[in-house]
Amino acid sequence: MELVAPAGNLPSLKAAADNGADAVYIGLRNETNARHFPGLNFTEENIAKAAYYAHVVGTRVFLALNTYPQPQGLARWRRAVDIAAEAGLDAVIVADIGLMEYARTRYPQLALHLSVQASATNRQALAFYRQEFGIRRAVLPRVLSLAQVKQLAGNAGVDLEVFGFGSLCIMAEGRCQLSSYATGKSPNTYGACSPAHAVRWEQGRDGLDVRLNGVLIDRIHGHEPAGYPVVCKGRFRVGDSVYHALEEPTSLNTLELLPELARAGIQAIKLEGRQRNPAYVAQITRIWRNALDVLAAEPDGFAVRGEWMAALDAVSEGARTTLGAYHRPWQ
Amino acid sequence: MKISLGPILYYWQREMLLEFYQQMAGLPLDAIYLGETVCSKRRALRTADWIDLARHLAVGGRQIILSTLTLIEAESELSVLARLCGNGELLVEANDMAAVRLLAEKRLPFVAGPAINLYNAGSLHYLQQRGLVRWVPPVELPGATLAAILREAAELGFADQIEVEVFSFGHLPLACSARCFTARARNLPKDECGFVCLDYPDGLPLYTQEDRRFLTLNGIQTQSGNVLNLLPAWREMQSLGVNCLRLSPQSQHMAEIVRGFHAALRAGQGAPPDLTPFMDAPACDGYWYGEAGMTRQSPAGSAA
Repeated sequence: MELVAPAGNLPSLKAAADNGADAVYIGLRNETNARHFPGLNFTEENIAKAAYYAHVVGTRVFLALNTYPQPQGLARWRRAVDIAAEAGLDAVIVADIGLMEYARTRYPQLALHLSVQASATNRQALAFYRQEFGIRRAVLPRVLSLAQVKQLAGNAGVDLEVFGFGSLCIMAEGRCQLSSYATGKSPNTYGACSPAHAVRWEQGRDGLDVRLNGVLIDRIHGHEPAGYPVVCKGRFRVGDSVYHALEEPTSLNTLELLPELARAGIQAIKLEGRQRNPAYVAQITRIWRNALDVLAAEPDGFAVRGEWMAALDAVSEGARTTLGAYHRPWQ
Repeated sequence: MKISLGPILYYWQREMLLEFYQQMAGLPLDAIYLGETVCSKRRALRTADWIDLARHLAVGGRQIILSTLTLIEAESELSVLARLCGNGELLVEANDMAAVRLLAEKRLPFVAGPAINLYNAGSLHYLQQRGLVRWVPPVELPGATLAAILREAAELGFADQIEVEVFSFGHLPLACSARCFTARARNLPKDECGFVCLDYPDGLPLYTQEDRRFLTLNGIQTQSGNVLNLLPAWREMQSLGVNCLRLSPQSQHMAEIVRGFHAALRAGQGAPPDLTPFMDAPACDGYWYGEAGMTRQSPAGSAA
């Protein structure tokens, strides 16, 4: 299985490549990708440098173009495809049909990966993108159980990439408008969930109030850990109870599922975190490289090492990890 | 301008469903969407029952459309989808690319529902060439963006080959997940949910810790807490080329809502009727004006 690591800037890309990533995925410094955060991502000039460095050490580079162009900005998205092709990048990760058509027509040699934001959760949806645009790989949404992933792997008709580690979207990716309901900006249209300008932290009488465009989405007491505030991980009242009504602030960690994912024929494991720093990227890439090498060496004797889990837990949001929807007893 | 009734997003008992549609049958609705779009465990009506109901409701030039599941994961869900797409007579609304593929393969016309991510004219054109005849834009799409897309569609020469239907009234469907938030609220695992959605015919309200209504839990779907009302914007929509306003069913006062929209459209001029007494939460319309969806932008006295 191939290891696909995140890079939000050149130092992170080097950290990923130097620590054993088979591929890195990056984005441009604008709303054409879903980590549109201030100070993050690559300029057009940096893309060429990134490609040069990565290719010298044998690491492939994918460009994330995983938001949905709107009429006023379409030229920027198309330009991003041009940049990827001109810089000799190894694939673009796309979600929008029109952009796929553009890329396929202009650059038939450029590999297309279907972004998780396209939310293809079944073989018929995958077949649509394969037939229409010749996608070579699809990144699966984190809503699928392991049994469903295995079944898909058997009849997808394209390579599959699954998320292994990092922040966890509990909603079907590309199908969540909670952020724009509260702030007007969504991952689909703007490339960010809970844009920083809408977030306020205020010391209140009952704790630290976390507000999103004025809406109280959580209240932190004492020394509770606090992750980046998003609607789905807030605490709300339903009936008489105040609780994490949608999901606890946990991260995804599927190390222990690696042997099963490999047996199912999953081609790539993706690590989340383009917004994290180079030290983080180096750390998680090293651990997952190590795990994949151990798995390749002894496929039947693979056991998760305590030190891997401890190191990954230490850098996780909320300092707690789960198997996400992969571990789901039903279906 | 036409008026349509969207699919029921909640889980209602069979008797309640049939009674509701009996009432709707007598109202000035140009189109009715039927079927389960949220959770495949909801089976008050079987696929064949929905198709029967459709035949029963298709009178007097009214169009009946079969709506399909939004989040499709299991093979069993794909086989239900295949039956709906192969029904042989009724138009189908696709809410996932799986449905688009099945319908396009059979060269059948289809409606692209609000869960299909279409944000620009190029993508819309691509699907139009594969059979799209009506488009329900994503609920977060601003009116100005819709206008720009339709202008571009006209330049590309296909604007007159599609109808545009805007989600105009009701709690907005905002997200879907593999998890069930209604079961979670009742401390039940999803696979033993006991069909508790039946206890909440208009969803389960979620409030902030300051008691502000924020969202609505509806099984695996998360909806807006506020109720969208775009009636005050209908003339603007008409001028952009919107053909139809979608009203999303609620368990109470639906007939009053339909009549309110119908009266305003027929009158053509003047302030629209006040629908506030028939809404279970405050009004919102921010998305249409390019703002946060939860906000209300139209002047007081007209949005209500």
